[in-house]
Amino acid sequence: MSECIKAATRDGYGRGLVDLAAHNDRLIVLDADLAAATKTGVFKKACPERFFDCGIAEGNMMGVAAGLATCGYTVFASSFAMFAAGRAFEQVRNSIGYPHLNVKIGATHAGISVGEDGASHQCCEDIALMRTIPGMTIINPADDMEAYKAVFAAAALDGPVYLRFGRLAVPRIFDEQYQIEIGKGVRLTEGRDVTIIATGLMVNEALMAAEELKNSGISAAVVNMHTIKPIDRDIIIESAKATGAIVTAEEHNVIGGLGAAVAEVIGESVPVPVLRVGVEDTFGRSGPAAELLHLYGLDAAHIADAAKRAVAMKK
Amino acid sequence: MSDEKIRQLEIAACKARMGVIEGTFNAKSGHPGGSLSAVDILTCLYFSKMKVDPQKPQDPDRDRFVLSKGHAAPALYAVLALRGYFPFEELKTLRKSDARLQGHPSMRMLPGLDMSTGSLGQGISAAVGMALGGKLAGKEYTVYTILGDGECEEGQVWEAAMFAAHKKLDNLVAFVDFNNLQIDGTLDEVNSPAPLPEKFAAFGWNTMTIDGNSIPEILNALDRVEKNGKPTAIIATTVKGKGVSYMENACGWHGKAPNQEEYNIAMAELNEELARLGGKADE
Repeated sequence: MSECIKAATRDGYGRGLVDLAAHNDRLIVLDADLAAATKTGVFKKACPERFFDCGIAEGNMMGVAAGLATCGYTVFASSFAMFAAGRAFEQVRNSIGYPHLNVKIGATHAGISVGEDGASHQCCEDIALMRTIPGMTIINPADDMEAYKAVFAAAALDGPVYLRFGRLAVPRIFDEQYQIEIGKGVRLTEGRDVTIIATGLMVNEALMAAEELKNSGISAAVVNMHTIKPIDRDIIIESAKATGAIVTAEEHNVIGGLGAAVAEVIGESVPVPVLRVGVEDTFGRSGPAAELLHLYGLDAAHIADAAKRAVAMKK
Repeated sequence: MSDEKIRQLEIAACKARMGVIEGTFNAKSGHPGGSLSAVDILTCLYFSKMKVDPQKPQDPDRDRFVLSKGHAAPALYAVLALRGYFPFEELKTLRKSDARLQGHPSMRMLPGLDMSTGSLGQGISAAVGMALGGKLAGKEYTVYTILGDGECEEGQVWEAAMFAAHKKLDNLVAFVDFNNLQIDGTLDEVNSPAPLPEKFAAFGWNTMTIDGNSIPEILNALDRVEKNGKPTAIIATTVKGKGVSYMENACGWHGKAPNQEEYNIAMAELNEELARLGGKADE
């Protein structure tokens, strides 16, 4: 683990696309006038002949991606999460999801850490939306290295994948040797009393929370749930059995996201307390990302507090 | 184009109309009106223009077709069946819970469907993607699509039109089945997208306006499509419900199936037309 490097998951995405091009001659990347921000601009510079800017027309971009996929291309279609999953939801559902086409949706600027642009651009609903589409795989990487690896893993999968990336630079957790396996959660630390299941930038916060909890005599395991769908039922059930309490942590509405997915599994298998840390069904606001994360309870302190409450509920 | 070839296509179109009636009658639902208006265009595409082989529905070099107005599925199914993609008899299974013939086309369930459609405005974008893919791969195929006139009220149609022209996709041909009726009334009563030739021209497309129920005019238009760096829009004026007297230009036949009596009348009329053309139902 490296403590010093900080990078946004979107940077790993752009880097991943460039390197993927060397291995996949059917790769096409589409964007909707946000190439600099989504980091597909890096790919555009490296492979201009395989990059198409569809302009500010996300619905059409998803359809074009679908059409290209029917011709055997591996298509990555990019925009902000708000517009990829939100605005173009029905195109993703009907033109990509229903025919199960090989389109990867590279959605950046997910969550509240978009920061100053404010609530109109802070998408905290995308996981919920994408989860309801049959056959959709959803990956929410924790750092830029995992994001980089996720690009290759998504490309290796035949079918639609929603890749969720952030704008904010976050500490790198994984090294070059790390390998992502879609649908398999990663246990990062062991613990006896509670398991924190986190995704995206909340994974690092969960690790810090686990450290903090040691001071209160609580032993917390941390699981990185990079794949929200298909959710890793086994690691959730194992965690419930081993620690008897679960806290989820995500930069997303507590409705419909990771917390909901975990609670669904727990409710149907090993009922134990599940407390969800996330955006409490509210819209965001403008401000520096780091401040907003604290303001909306998306930090180690809130995770640690939830963990204590979860442990208390066991008694 | 010889008179005999035109007659053969008219016979095929007449049989396809029977397929539309057969399908919607047995399904007790579906969209006969907008299917019948599009039959002649589909017949010309699949029996005269498109390079397709029912034995090789996934041939990478084939011409593509996307039914952007997906509710005209009964017409597409009838033409595909006549062309040999699956048995004509299967048309009677339309919309049944164990059928491959979904209410709107599902490419994963039936051979010969190049795209799943039904949600209006989306098919043309997929067609644009296929045309872009063809250009990228240096392939010679052409992508055809049929839009509804009411469908052109969807903003996505114009997003797609803008992009196709910008990318110079002259391997894309979009028909607009201009039957002047949508669910809630005539285009003028609802939210008219007209004038469509001017709008497509303004978006950088070649445009033509034809009688979309005239086989010679459709064939002629297809022969006049130019590869001049622009996509082509063919605004095809049609009669909704064409070929069945009581359905013609009647708004109520958008999404309603004929009952037994109406079925009998429709089939009698179409059989009469078939006989006039010198065709036989079981040929």
